[in-house]
Amino acid sequence: MYVQIFFLITFFEKRKTIQYRKEKIKLERYPTITVAVPCWNEQNTVEKTLNSLLELDYPKDKITIIAVDDGSTDGTFEVLKKFEKYPNIKILKKENGGKHTAVNYAIENSDSEFISCLDADSFVEPETLKRMMTYFLKDENTMAVAPSILIHNPKTMTQTLQQVEYNWAVFMKKVLGMLGGIYVTPGPFSIFRRKVFKDLGLFRKAHNTEDMEIAFRMQKHHYKIDQCNDAYVYTTGPKNIVALYKQRLRWIYGFAMNTFDYRKILFKKEYGFFSLVSVPAGFVSMVAVPYILGLLMFQIVKGIFKLIEKYQTVGFDFGFNFTLPNFDTFFLNTNAYVFTGILLYILVMSTIIIGKRMITGKYGFDLRIIYFMVIFSFIAPFWVIRAIYNAVFAKKTAWR
Amino acid sequence: MNIPTREKNDWKKYLIVFLITLFLFATAFYLSNNLNNKKLEEIRKIEDTISIDILSLETQFDLFEQLSCENVTDSILSKELGELASRIEYGEKNFDTLSKELIGLKKYYSLLQIKDFLLMQKARERCDLNIESIIYFYGREDCEDCRKQGYVLTDVRKDYLELRVYSFDYFLDVSAIDALKSIYKIDEKNLPALIINGKTYDGFKNREDIETIMPELVKIREEREAREKALLEAEVEAKNDTSNAKEIKDENTENAPKQ
Repeated sequence: MYVQIFFLITFFEKRKTIQYRKEKIKLERYPTITVAVPCWNEQNTVEKTLNSLLELDYPKDKITIIAVDDGSTDGTFEVLKKFEKYPNIKILKKENGGKHTAVNYAIENSDSEFISCLDADSFVEPETLKRMMTYFLKDENTMAVAPSILIHNPKTMTQTLQQVEYNWAVFMKKVLGMLGGIYVTPGPFSIFRRKVFKDLGLFRKAHNTEDMEIAFRMQKHHYKIDQCNDAYVYTTGPKNIVALYKQRLRWIYGFAMNTFDYRKILFKKEYGFFSLVSVPAGFVSMVAVPYILGLLMFQIVKGIFKLIEKYQTVGFDFGFNFTLPNFDTFFLNTNAYVFTGILLYILVMSTIIIGKRMITGKYGFDLRIIYFMVIFSFIAPFWVIRAIYNAVFAKKTAWR
Repeated sequence: MNIPTREKNDWKKYLIVFLITLFLFATAFYLSNNLNNKKLEEIRKIEDTISIDILSLETQFDLFEQLSCENVTDSILSKELGELASRIEYGEKNFDTLSKELIGLKKYYSLLQIKDFLLMQKARERCDLNIESIIYFYGREDCEDCRKQGYVLTDVRKDYLELRVYSFDYFLDVSAIDALKSIYKIDEKNLPALIINGKTYDGFKNREDIETIMPELVKIREEREAREKALLEAEVEAKNDTSNAKEIKDENTENAPKQ
């Protein structure tokens, strides 16, 4: 609750500084940039990813795209070869070593001022790069900028729910950026100054969450990370619950392990909001979620057992007893935690609505927000509990 | 290009947010407290009603010899008090803060049940009422058989409208309940326990057991059903008669010479 209020207050305090650009912009200078596209068995999506990069509104001689085939076993390399004809696209091939090795390979093979990375299942909009670049041009201390990530063409129920969640994330990341508390520079199109890698080293494996580890490392060295809310990158969200479960397991496990690795910079005022609130709050919610779910599950299981017990004792009652029980306020739960729970839901809901406004420029409420909150609060604890289990018993998570 | 140190922590903001959070929590607690107090008031009101009910039962008891049987077909254990029982049960499970008040309420309720039981016994003897009763002693929540016995009794009562079940918490500290316990030799180890027609039955009893123990209950029910059936048939017949009479009347009217 404290964190949600902190975020809302910060938002209202600085809301006038937030830009919602619709029109095309021109930069005073177009710095050179390399976009690494690590591919591992991405034959179906990589073509669209590369095409979206080619359509970026940015001088072609200033942008180099390096697609790295990380030992794919499908037709990815053949698809990539079709792009060799473009002068600013380089195709590299290496043995499979994981995403971070592919991105590092691209960084080592580049000499541009800025480095970015785009997962081969994600796509950018033409204006995205310029809008993000303005953050670097405006403040030379900005070392990395993350974009707003949205779900590409949501088709399934799982993807639609993620779309709502990503709206929420846009708000959270923007405010975290304002407060210096960003703890992940996401794989889809975060941009870094080359200096980051020169000073702090390349990406590390980091429990399959290299984009989180680099952000932790940057925070450790007080490198500023910002978020550009009106730069859109579309990613393909997991289609079903199982795939989503695996993705989240990896994220949360990564968060837990990276926090453990960087525990020395926690609760130290010199590391600011990142160390005092942002990461500890993430951790607290990791513990609180399984606890709340545990209570809920206990109640449900107890209820089911009682039903079974009743059935075994007297059988089902098929009487035509359709009268509704009288509504009686006496039976409403009026414990304080119920009210705080409702308050928290309202706070979260308002941040989702503001997040949507940051993307579309309009405030609006739709029912999906309710679906998201209800369904996610029920299923999210499962991957949280599993991730904690994995972290405690040192079980590694897989990419896919 | 310099790498700067971070912006300084805005401690004032940390404090303001803390105060706002505190205020919201305080509001939630205030609201909860306020509503719980209202429930408490409601419970106290019911307690008052029960005191009056007990008094009125006692008076009925005193007047009993002079009352004609027509006036004692039902006691005051009304539907409202059935609702009260569900409130007590729900409250015990859900409101820790109200438990003291609820125990008081439960004691009152138990006393009322005992009074009602005694009055019904007397009424049955004198006026030959078709009412059977079961006194049921249950234990703590971990007593699995007690839970099951509760289900069975609720189920049986649905079918036998003539049955009254008086349920007592074995561990409730009321001297009248202690008296019942010693009269009927109820032991903590043998819960659940049923008292039927003055005899104690220890342990769980299913529907069939109860029907075997109380054959008169089945008989009363059959008689009631037969009565109801006869009444229904009589009603249908009466209806048919009326419509036949109406048809004849209509025919007569149609055939009557028009003026």
